[in-house]
Amino acid sequence: MDFLVFQVPMLTVQALLDGLLLGILFALIAYGMALQWGVMNIINIAQGDLVILGGYIAYFMYLYGIHPGWGVIVSPIIMYFVGIGIYKLVINKVVDRDLFISILATFGISILFMQLMNFAFGADVVLANSGYGTTMLFNNSVTLPNSKIFSAVVSIVFAVGLVIYMKRSKLGRAIRATAQNARAAKILGVDTEKVYAATFGINAALCGVAGALISITFTIHPYMGLPYTIRSFMIVIVAGLGNLPGVALSGMGLGIFEEFADYILGTEFRIGSVFLLLVIILVYRRFKLSRKREYLK
Amino acid sequence: MNKNLILYLGILIFGLAAPFVFPAFKVQLSILCILIVLATTWNIQGGEMGYNTFGNILFYGLGMYLCASVQVGMFFPLAEWTESGGEKTFVHTPVQFFQGMAAGLVIAAVVPTIVAGLIGYSILGLRGHYFAICTLGLGVAAGEISGGIEIIGAGQGFTTPPFPDVGGLEARGEFFYFLSFFALVFTFITVRAIYSTRFKLILNAIRDNEDKAEAMGIQTMKYKIIGWMVSAFFCGLAGGIMGGLVGYIDSTDVAFDGREMGVFMVLMAILGGKGTLWGPIIGATIFHIFKEGFWTFFLGWQYVALGVLIVIIVIYFPEGIMGWLREKYPEKFGEVVDEKDRKAQVELK
Repeated sequence: MDFLVFQVPMLTVQALLDGLLLGILFALIAYGMALQWGVMNIINIAQGDLVILGGYIAYFMYLYGIHPGWGVIVSPIIMYFVGIGIYKLVINKVVDRDLFISILATFGISILFMQLMNFAFGADVVLANSGYGTTMLFNNSVTLPNSKIFSAVVSIVFAVGLVIYMKRSKLGRAIRATAQNARAAKILGVDTEKVYAATFGINAALCGVAGALISITFTIHPYMGLPYTIRSFMIVIVAGLGNLPGVALSGMGLGIFEEFADYILGTEFRIGSVFLLLVIILVYRRFKLSRKREYLK
Repeated sequence: MNKNLILYLGILIFGLAAPFVFPAFKVQLSILCILIVLATTWNIQGGEMGYNTFGNILFYGLGMYLCASVQVGMFFPLAEWTESGGEKTFVHTPVQFFQGMAAGLVIAAVVPTIVAGLIGYSILGLRGHYFAICTLGLGVAAGEISGGIEIIGAGQGFTTPPFPDVGGLEARGEFFYFLSFFALVFTFITVRAIYSTRFKLILNAIRDNEDKAEAMGIQTMKYKIIGWMVSAFFCGLAGGIMGGLVGYIDSTDVAFDGREMGVFMVLMAILGGKGTLWGPIIGATIFHIFKEGFWTFFLGWQYVALGVLIVIIVIYFPEGIMGWLREKYPEKFGEVVDEKDRKAQVELK
């Protein structure tokens, strides 16, 4: 085998660490998707585009001289209202309809966002320079940008904060009740319309945080949204709805897989391998379930 | 029956005369034919079988690459052709061009059919939105992977053989128009024949309740795979023709263009009305006119308009034009309506 990874063992450590930190970020996006999927039964294809939009907010803060690290506070606040706007305009009309209708409608939103961002921000690949520096490990053979560590820490803080919020607050309880049984919740006095709007808003806010972190650690581009959607979808189906530790673990697993695919197959096949992995996972689950004469629901 | 015959003859004559009546729109009319083929075959899957797929673009792109590769590879080394990037080092003689095109189209139709048969058993076991997302993944993965393969041009694209020097631009337009028009006629005849058999009823049974259909003794998997293979056959054929028509193949922008063509076929079928024979045809025609209008008058804003259009169609017209007509004039669709009952329902509304 003449792959670089096997010749230089330290690269394995590098890929593992990179993948782990990247995966935590993916898990944050997937958490938002699991939330709205569980509560509203909607698969949001525009998830990745919300992420990219959040990233551009941080990038513009950077352009105007504010440190992009503050984007993780500002971006979710703006994205929350963007999410509520999308809900009021489109999503509330497809909430109780067939899932395919919601997929198509959000696909439309995704195309719309992609092109609007392309007009507004240009088609260049950009990144917000945080100036956090890098940490060298293992006798300088493994480099770890501090921004990646920052992003992982912020993701964990937001995820844990949201879990506590969902457990303790009144809105959190209402959201969980709606997820269990929307009709019963309505009878018992929960304003499900408001809960749906808040859920979509929270999802968009999480995307905003993730986007701001991505603009600091990696790069953003108006057309890069769809892979993030597919990744979060994949993480959610591997973990199962409502299984938060599972989301975190499978997110990290996906991150590590991607880094290794990048080293072994080459960067040009990175996105392709993510999409292929999705197909393989779905087919594997289908064969496993068909032994019990069941299917993925 | 007689009325139908006159209608078909009229359309056939119109189709044959169209390139001479509207010589300026030959390319647009050929694209319209291809779009109708794609929408009609998507309808076999999404409309009749109830398996909403974003993945027919896989067969379309596969057909496109295969047709061009065969057309080049039959006479010249393929790797050198793609490396030269359309430089005129190798020139097809007219005979070579048409021979290559014929062989290429056969391969372009047959290989995707086989591929659909091979992957059908695994993929078609998924249902509902899992199937939709899985096929979306397949289409995008195919685009990304083919963009990394050197022999078919990788990132820089693949120039299909230029039309030989017989009759110039006019002849080229007419050749591709008639090719796509005959593909359309072939598709229509096949699909219409399929829809009058028991096969269509089985597909509808799968759409309405797959478990019950299986319990009634129908081998659903077999019919699902056959249905997918039929769509794959025509998608591959359409892709092969489109490759020659466009003249340039790029992995993500032309061949496996899930963002455009992959969504267009779904949209056209939904706009016209899922699960009807004429729905996709009407939908494709209206959509193509709209699209060309957008592309001409709102250049640059076309994707914005497209996104808005998708949202509006999906939210407000999920039944499509045929569905709307059916609700309004049920008698024309062979439904027996009790006039009193209908009036009572209208009053209720």
